[in-house]
Amino acid sequence: MSGGLNPTVGKTPLSERGPAPVRTVVGFGFWLFLLSDIVMFAVFFAAYAVLSSSTAGGPSGRELFDHDRVLLETCCLLLSSFTCGLMLIGSKRESRRLFYLGALATLALGLGFVMIEGIEFSEMIADGAAPTRSAFLSAFFTLVGAHGLHVTVGLAWLMLMATQVEAMGFTSMVQRRLLCFSLFWHALDIVWIGVFTIVYLGAG
Amino acid sequence: MLGRLSWDSIPWSEPIPLITAAVVGMVIGAVLLLVLVKGWMPYLWRDWITSTDHKRIGILYCGLALVMLVRGFADAIMMRAQLALASGGAQGYLPPDHYNQIFSAHGTIMIFFVAMPFVVGLMNFVVPLQLGARDVAFPVLNAVSFWLTAAGVLLINASLVIGEFARTGWLAYPPLSETQFSPGVGVDYYLWSLQISGVGTLLSGINLVTTILKLRAPGMSYSRMPVFCWTALASNLLIVAAFPVLTATFTMLLLDRYCGFHFFTTDGGGNAMMYINLIWIWGHPEVYILILPAFGVFSEVIATFSGKPLFGYRSMVAATMAICVLSFMVWLHHFFTMGANADVNGFFGVMTMIIAVPTGVKVFNWLFTMYGGTVRFTVPMLWSIGFIVTFVLGGATGVLLAIPPVDFVLHNSLFLIAHFHNTAIGGVLFGLMAGYTYWFPKAFGFRLHEGLGKAVFWCWLIGFYLAFMPLYALGLMGATRRMQHYDDASWQPLMFAAFLGAMMILVGIVLTAVQLYVSIRQRAQRRDLTGDPWGGRTLEWSTPSPPPAWNFAVPPQVSGLDAYWRMKKRSREEVSMTSMTEARPFHMPKPNDTGFFLAFFAVVTGFSLIWHIWWLVGCGVIACVSVGLRQAWRTETEVEIGPDVVAAFQAGREVSA
Repeated sequence: MSGGLNPTVGKTPLSERGPAPVRTVVGFGFWLFLLSDIVMFAVFFAAYAVLSSSTAGGPSGRELFDHDRVLLETCCLLLSSFTCGLMLIGSKRESRRLFYLGALATLALGLGFVMIEGIEFSEMIADGAAPTRSAFLSAFFTLVGAHGLHVTVGLAWLMLMATQVEAMGFTSMVQRRLLCFSLFWHALDIVWIGVFTIVYLGAG
Repeated sequence: MLGRLSWDSIPWSEPIPLITAAVVGMVIGAVLLLVLVKGWMPYLWRDWITSTDHKRIGILYCGLALVMLVRGFADAIMMRAQLALASGGAQGYLPPDHYNQIFSAHGTIMIFFVAMPFVVGLMNFVVPLQLGARDVAFPVLNAVSFWLTAAGVLLINASLVIGEFARTGWLAYPPLSETQFSPGVGVDYYLWSLQISGVGTLLSGINLVTTILKLRAPGMSYSRMPVFCWTALASNLLIVAAFPVLTATFTMLLLDRYCGFHFFTTDGGGNAMMYINLIWIWGHPEVYILILPAFGVFSEVIATFSGKPLFGYRSMVAATMAICVLSFMVWLHHFFTMGANADVNGFFGVMTMIIAVPTGVKVFNWLFTMYGGTVRFTVPMLWSIGFIVTFVLGGATGVLLAIPPVDFVLHNSLFLIAHFHNTAIGGVLFGLMAGYTYWFPKAFGFRLHEGLGKAVFWCWLIGFYLAFMPLYALGLMGATRRMQHYDDASWQPLMFAAFLGAMMILVGIVLTAVQLYVSIRQRAQRRDLTGDPWGGRTLEWSTPSPPPAWNFAVPPQVSGLDAYWRMKKRSREEVSMTSMTEARPFHMPKPNDTGFFLAFFAVVTGFSLIWHIWWLVGCGVIACVSVGLRQAWRTETEVEIGPDVVAAFQAGREVSA
């Protein structure tokens, strides 16, 4: 996998330069994974679009969703992408202080997001709007829950990365993993913007 | 404590699964005993089970597929025997309940656990060699992919003796597959084994796309890539785009079954047709995931054995990528009878016919490659020619079925069954057998027996026509699929002919085993010392057979299409000289047990989910996460290969020569 650099790199077309460096390979592979993940979300979005009016006599989105709370969630998540960027700058400069500051802020904001979502879900279930109530609610809980699950997994990953930075320092392996994590975290933002627009604003 | 699992879960009253299980159990026990007594376990563990070598993993995939071919074929011949008997008032020997499980298992196993692992295995073995790469992009992930596939295989076979399998057909359409109508464990076996192996397939797709796009040898631009790599790229792009759809769709069905959701149920506003749309958005690309690499094999084989470069390389690549894109625009032709309006049906009918155009381009390219060449009628070439004739027929009946009014008549008839077996056997299986014979000497260092190989081919070819041509006729006469018995006695002669065809294929499968046995016994005479037994054109033939773990001590420098053919023309000696002297130290991945253990605990988790043993589900998930964390903390994952190791390998080869 080690790319022996060709001395004539400048003149050789990109496609003929031989194996790419490890960092490129890992980043590219992770991009592909994210694309596949987004295809999976696309299916949940499609299912939601098909079933959003199938309330089977139960509550509809307009009655259930609290826009202020969703705005707060959105702020948490989008801001956490900014702090995640700071964290990455910290890792590139090999500055532990900036890294941990960014990581801690990302963790706090992500945790806030998951907690607000958890409150929303438990209130809905307590009000009789559980996923078993109607096809609309099944699709809602699956789509939004799948995103929430991704955020939760991301938080666990972030904690793992923080301990690895502590134990191993900013080695190239750790740097690559941090790159993948930040790609993952930003991708979750993109999915959330879809959720926000289609699910919450779409309900009117 | 054990959820739904009890002593009665084992089908004590049904002799067929019990005896099968006893025989399979004894065979596995005997093999294990032999391995332990002979002391092969450390070798197996180090060189195969924990191997991260793409060649070893590819061979494991193909071996798994061949074993499962026997299982899937056993289902097939039971169905054919049943229908040869169950005519008029007769009910045959399989009760409907068992028959439904058999046709569901046959389809599921043949697509997911024969065709898929065989295709993925060939790509795994060949692609890095053809690209001039030392391994795939993510070797440990590759092992994980394989072992997750094996986990799915284990679960689906467990359903034979513990519980039951789905009675819903190979795609488990709701509402039939919902708890209301299928309360047993059959559908759960189906769903969990495919979820687990599906993750493996997705990871393998990501791995191979990255390998093809990022790890090609210096000088190998896209227009210099062998056609098999192009078809592998198209196939793996389809895996990355389509398998998440399958995972998401099955997740929704699982939520319906386990948590009382209402995605596809008949009540609560569920929409069963949504499942059928989604499953075919995965399902139609899946058809091309399987057939495109087969097209790649034929392109390599026909060029090699015609002694000519492939005719129309660029049109071949364009046709491959066109099929790759179009494959996502035809899914609705699987259910024209759903009730969509004529415009929708018309659109999908036309799109389906358009796919025949790039496929036709390919057929003409193969024919023109042979034209004017010095064609050698070896076994892989026989499979290729048999494919061209058979596949054109399958394609023609496909275009026929693409006409919605015709489909209204033939939908779910045996005509459809004949059509897709025509393309699956005549296309995918013939391609896999051609690839198996073609690359076998590269994998093991000796050739397969030629005469027996030809016998296998003729058994399959004649057997296929005998088994499936009657089904076309029966379909036109009104016979439906998934039918356990029939009243019209005039169908019986054709059903009997189909049974004879299946018997003929059985002879072919037995001869495949005989061929393997005879070839291994005679391996000393059949040894391939040159590394290039067929006069090949692409880089895999520039390596010794079998290749060293690192494939290429020095990355080959590619200057055009058919890279190895050019090197041979320039002078073979020069090439092998340089590979000796210029070897610089490089890194190769160490063996890694993550894949094996992850799959082991995935089986535990899947099994306990199927049987609702919730405490064990928790243990299984924790164990899977722990295995993942253990891998995350590993740092010494590579080993350095110096010139001395390379020289030792070279010297060892010269001694054995």
